[in-house]
Amino acid sequence: MSDETIPLTGPTVDLTAPDGGTAVEVTGTGSRAALISDATSSHNGGAPVQTRNARFTSTEVSAFPEVTGREASWKLTPVDALRDLIDGALDGGRYDFTLDAGAGDGAGIDVSWVPRTDQRVGLAGIPEERASANAWSTFSEALAITVSGEERAEVRVQRDAFGPAVRGAHTIIEAKPFSDSVVVLDNSRDASLVENVEIIVGDQARLTVVTVQDFDDDARYLATHFGRVGRDATFKHVVVSLGGKVVRVNPAVTLAERGADGELLGVYFSDAGQHLEQQVFMFHQAPDTKGRVNYKGALQGAGARTVWIGDVLIGPDASGTDSYEQNRNLVLTDGTRADSIPNLEIETGDIQGAGHASATGRFDDEQLFYLQSRGIPEEVARRLVVRGFLADIVQKIGFAPLEERLHAAIEAELAGDAETPSIEVTA
Amino acid sequence: MSTLKISDLHVSVETDQGTKQILRGVDLTINEGEIHAVMGPNGSGKSTLAYAIAGHPKYTVDSGSITLDGEEVLEMSVDERAKAGLFLAMQYPVEIPGVTNSNFLRTAKTAIAGEAPAIRTWVKDVRGAMEKLRMDSSFAERNVNEGFSGGEKKRNEILQLELLKPRFAVLDETDSGLDVDALKIVSEGVNRAKAETGLGILLITHYTRILRYIKPDFVHVFVAGRVAEEGGPELADQLENEGYDRFLTSASA
Ligand SMILES: Nc1ncnc2c1ncn2[C@@H]1O[C@H](COP(=O)(O)OP(=O)(O)OP(=O)(O)O)[C@@H](O)[C@H]1O
Ligand SMILES: [Mg+2]
Repeated sequence: MSDETIPLTGPTVDLTAPDGGTAVEVTGTGSRAALISDATSSHNGGAPVQTRNARFTSTEVSAFPEVTGREASWKLTPVDALRDLIDGALDGGRYDFTLDAGAGDGAGIDVSWVPRTDQRVGLAGIPEERASANAWSTFSEALAITVSGEERAEVRVQRDAFGPAVRGAHTIIEAKPFSDSVVVLDNSRDASLVENVEIIVGDQARLTVVTVQDFDDDARYLATHFGRVGRDATFKHVVVSLGGKVVRVNPAVTLAERGADGELLGVYFSDAGQHLEQQVFMFHQAPDTKGRVNYKGALQGAGARTVWIGDVLIGPDASGTDSYEQNRNLVLTDGTRADSIPNLEIETGDIQGAGHASATGRFDDEQLFYLQSRGIPEEVARRLVVRGFLADIVQKIGFAPLEERLHAAIEAELAGDAETPSIEVTA
Repeated sequence: MSTLKISDLHVSVETDQGTKQILRGVDLTINEGEIHAVMGPNGSGKSTLAYAIAGHPKYTVDSGSITLDGEEVLEMSVDERAKAGLFLAMQYPVEIPGVTNSNFLRTAKTAIAGEAPAIRTWVKDVRGAMEKLRMDSSFAERNVNEGFSGGEKKRNEILQLELLKPRFAVLDETDSGLDVDALKIVSEGVNRAKAETGLGILLITHYTRILRYIKPDFVHVFVAGRVAEEGGPELADQLENEGYDRFLTSASA
């Protein structure tokens, strides 16, 4: 009874939301059925993998076959624009960054380069695909952000100097037991980068990691964030993708010890010609873990593309699991495409609750009319609606300086370059 | 004196079955300070008239005109109409997720006034208006109409009416879905707004009960997309007793 595997995929499965509400499924563009089956098939095109954590893993790029673009992890990604990142030689050396300490004034946070031999390398995860392994094979040193102490500590790592070099990087974020911190990876300007980020959340630690992708228009960025969450620890992970040609951030988080809590949030805004992707994997390994996945995106302009694949696996030992994942996309113009694929696998019968929802909808003209009928000009009304749509994610970040900036960035995205707002919209 | 004048208005809507004519020559003149009740059976085009005045994009004006003090309203965008002093309290107010009522109200006030209201007096005004409408202060921080009951949505419409201070307001079945207490509270709000600003009101309703609290100067019976009969308040009483049957048969005859 407790060993049965229930792969739940696609729009027809409708589990009850934890709040008792109903999970909603609205089909986006594209052929969902095909996408879903691909998303759960094996990386090497062979027999289907039974569970999400049974994929082949290796730190060696040579252990992975050539990427064809048909693999589960590449199926919806423009691989031809990424060949050099997937197969080519990467510069694994240091890059420049600047630190900006918030609360705690930098006390309790150490940021330094550490050798490949650092004990923490490989603790949080191992690559599942070739680009990730390529970076892993290449990096010469890892940037390690280590949080200790019990006072609240905040740091923003401003990374705006990756430059045009095709790079591979490795980052470690370790929150020692009982620590309480916010770490922001603030990525901007130019980049052609593959990166693995290992996040180790110690017992009873509270850690928020925010990764902001606000790159230049032609930047390409592939990242995998491996998270391991310890006993009674609380981990919040936020992906904010706004700028870049191809930006793919794949968080894979294991709730490894009893009582671990993981909240994976994401907000993205895809403009004309942009590909923004996230493959999210939440693995409930230990009993009594709680997982929440909530991603929201907006698409605007010809060729704006987003991909969200959300895999949740509730393992055989994960009794008492409480899990919910959802993705919502707001389509602002014609000519966009949003793929949204939730998958849920449950390997134990003894869970508290699990559910998923996915919806992709057009901009609601009735909302626009209502606001305009109160004198609010169309552009301001559009901004209000989109900002409102994304607001609940931004508000959950729990780090005020970033929230304001994100609201401003989202409004800038909406405004494009064409228009100067005549009326200020404030929260 | 301000005048809202609707002349020979013809309005249609695109449906899956093709173009559907709804309004077939509506004439209606409302002066500042007047209350006009528009009564009529379901589907007679009352909401269509309201939407056409507000400029809803779904409704096409085929001919006729709507002027506000001689200015052609039909040439204005939706927000320009609001800035010109028109207001529509909707039959089904729209929910706006993620946008708080207070942000919405301030943004609307700023847009209509052309400048941001002074913070202190504005906060006081909002709070005062909400109290009078018996709206809990939590409604300021809730998202616009999201999860509001039918009655709460109607109060929220009147809250906007009181704060935005239009010259003419169209109230589309503001009474529907209200219990007696709420009906009184909402009616008081409308009467307050009128006493304060002397606005003209087009009160669309199905039933006469709201007319006990908001006294119309004129009553128009709306049937099949046009005004079938007009009169004073006594016409409402007549409708109360006789219903719309008389008009329906004459319309189909
Ligand atoms: N968007 C639309 N699409 C199709 N038909 C419409 C649309 N809007 C209105 N109609 C039709 O036009 C007619 C008039 O509708 P309207 O909503 O104006 O009536 P009403 O008098 O307000 O009715 P009620 O008393 O039920 O509110 C109805 O037959 C309605 O079905
Ligand atoms: Mg109606």
